[in-house]
Amino acid sequence: MDFNAIYVLWLREMKRFTRARSRIIGMLIMPVFFLVGLGLGLGSLINTFALGGSSYLQFLVPGIIGMSLMSVAVSSGFSVIWDKQFGFLKEIMVTPNSKVSIVIGRMAGGSTTAMLSALIVILISLLIGFQPNFTLFSLVALVFMLLIAMTFISLGLILASIISDLQGFGLITNFFTMPLLFLSNSLFPLSSLPQIVSDISYFNPLTYGIDGIRKALLGPSAGITQISIWMDLAVMLVIVAAMIGAAAYAFSKSEVGQ
Amino acid sequence: METIKVSNLTKEFGALTAVDGISFKVSEGEIFGLLGPNGAGKTTTIKMLTTILRPTRGTASVAGYDIIKSPNDVRSSIGIIFQDPSLDDELTGRENLEFHAILYRVPKDRRAKRIPEVLKLVELEDKADVLVKNYSGGMRRRLEIGRGLLHDPKILFLDEPTIGLDPQTRRHMWEYIERLNRQHKTTIILTTHYIEEADYLCGRVAFIDHGRIVALDTPSALKEKQGGDIVSIQMGGTTAKAEKVFKRKKWIKSISKHDNSIDLTVESGEKRIPEIVMLAERQKLPISAVSLHKPSLEDVFIHYTGKTIREEEGSATDRMRIHRAAWTGRR
Repeated sequence: MDFNAIYVLWLREMKRFTRARSRIIGMLIMPVFFLVGLGLGLGSLINTFALGGSSYLQFLVPGIIGMSLMSVAVSSGFSVIWDKQFGFLKEIMVTPNSKVSIVIGRMAGGSTTAMLSALIVILISLLIGFQPNFTLFSLVALVFMLLIAMTFISLGLILASIISDLQGFGLITNFFTMPLLFLSNSLFPLSSLPQIVSDISYFNPLTYGIDGIRKALLGPSAGITQISIWMDLAVMLVIVAAMIGAAAYAFSKSEVGQ
Repeated sequence: METIKVSNLTKEFGALTAVDGISFKVSEGEIFGLLGPNGAGKTTTIKMLTTILRPTRGTASVAGYDIIKSPNDVRSSIGIIFQDPSLDDELTGRENLEFHAILYRVPKDRRAKRIPEVLKLVELEDKADVLVKNYSGGMRRRLEIGRGLLHDPKILFLDEPTIGLDPQTRRHMWEYIERLNRQHKTTIILTTHYIEEADYLCGRVAFIDHGRIVALDTPSALKEKQGGDIVSIQMGGTTAKAEKVFKRKKWIKSISKHDNSIDLTVESGEKRIPEIVMLAERQKLPISAVSLHKPSLEDVFIHYTGKTIREEEGSATDRMRIHRAAWTGRR
């Protein structure tokens, strides 16, 4: 394992992140829009019976955390294509470091960025009235957040090894992220969705990640009642392992030199 | 001692043979040039030698390591300066260097000493903490060259090091490369399609055309093989009669005709011009202009390949640069 390479790639991502203010704002616009528009606006019209009496905002926040993690994480593939197009990828690839280390370095950088943006989303939701049931157990939410980030960074890397132009990547990621968002428990409880949508949602990694965050932040009775938080965790771990493997494979097969 | 040995190296992309069984050796401390038009296979050769591409057949050893069996050892011993840009625009010059040094495992104290040295060498000390996106083309190129040297490579690969640079910066770059070779005994392999560059810098030059080496020698030996100067005569009328007249002279080694001019290969061309003019006067040949041409590597290249080297100027790379500038500006 080449820790020097992992460290450098992580550090580079951090420097780029803190320098691109517009990027930080861009990352936060959608989640904040959803929180305020749906959580406060639409939420006031919602009969909270289906949510067990708590407000819609309470339900929504973990979903928006998942959404922002997903979108920031997938976009780390964007920076791979950027590097490919403008040559920096070659510089990394000809160094005497293994490709696995390079994938891990990317992943470390991408997850840190995604986690930072998700933490900012949590802060904003606290400001507009989100009241989590904070205990020591709530820290498990961080684990779920990290797992969501890693799943979707892997997806981003896989897409980046197949697609080589920036516009194409933007289109394709939208094609993935929008359905994943709506075919999950992010915005509405599965029990209030049509049967078919709810069935499909069980094949969506985001569902388990968000359910885990929900249970960690709001208590074990929140979210999908049939599934325990440990079940969520087990499913996420399997998915993450598979996705990282697939990403490392795709990345090592992609041609850089040409 | 030989530091690079290439034997029968071949790369095929489907039906296209980009590099066709080339073999050559490079000694330690040499500046070796691969000269040829765009698409001749220079870059593909460099990519194989630097382990970015796997050869279809044949192999090579670089710094004593086999490029197929031990690519990581090869990578640690070489520096590469790519034809296309490969800097991170969002980082400063110094950060680009630092990251490179860490990627090549240069120890921290060595790093602290080496980075200022390199910045001084490429004259970017005062711009070190500026983001690379604000650098000019020449500054970027200099930074890339500095970066390639940072980890003290034994062998430096330069793929079209001065492409797209203005003549003044190009001159400057040549001086860097020369100094580097002289002071640090770094072996340098460079590809170029600029004849003057190969002529000025290289100890030995290999002409590459259609993936094959068509000639390999020192620039002066290659020029000598041309056999003399060329006196080119513009004729006011037909060249047929002139050809007949000149053919009789023993000191004219060869004659070649173009539309309405005629080229004579002679030794010490400047001394033969008066004689040629007088001869033409006597034979009533209508001459409109005479010019003398000392043989250059370009002529040698034409001799071996039947075409000039610059037929494809304004390459895809240049277009990409423009595209890149547009992108970076928009960001």
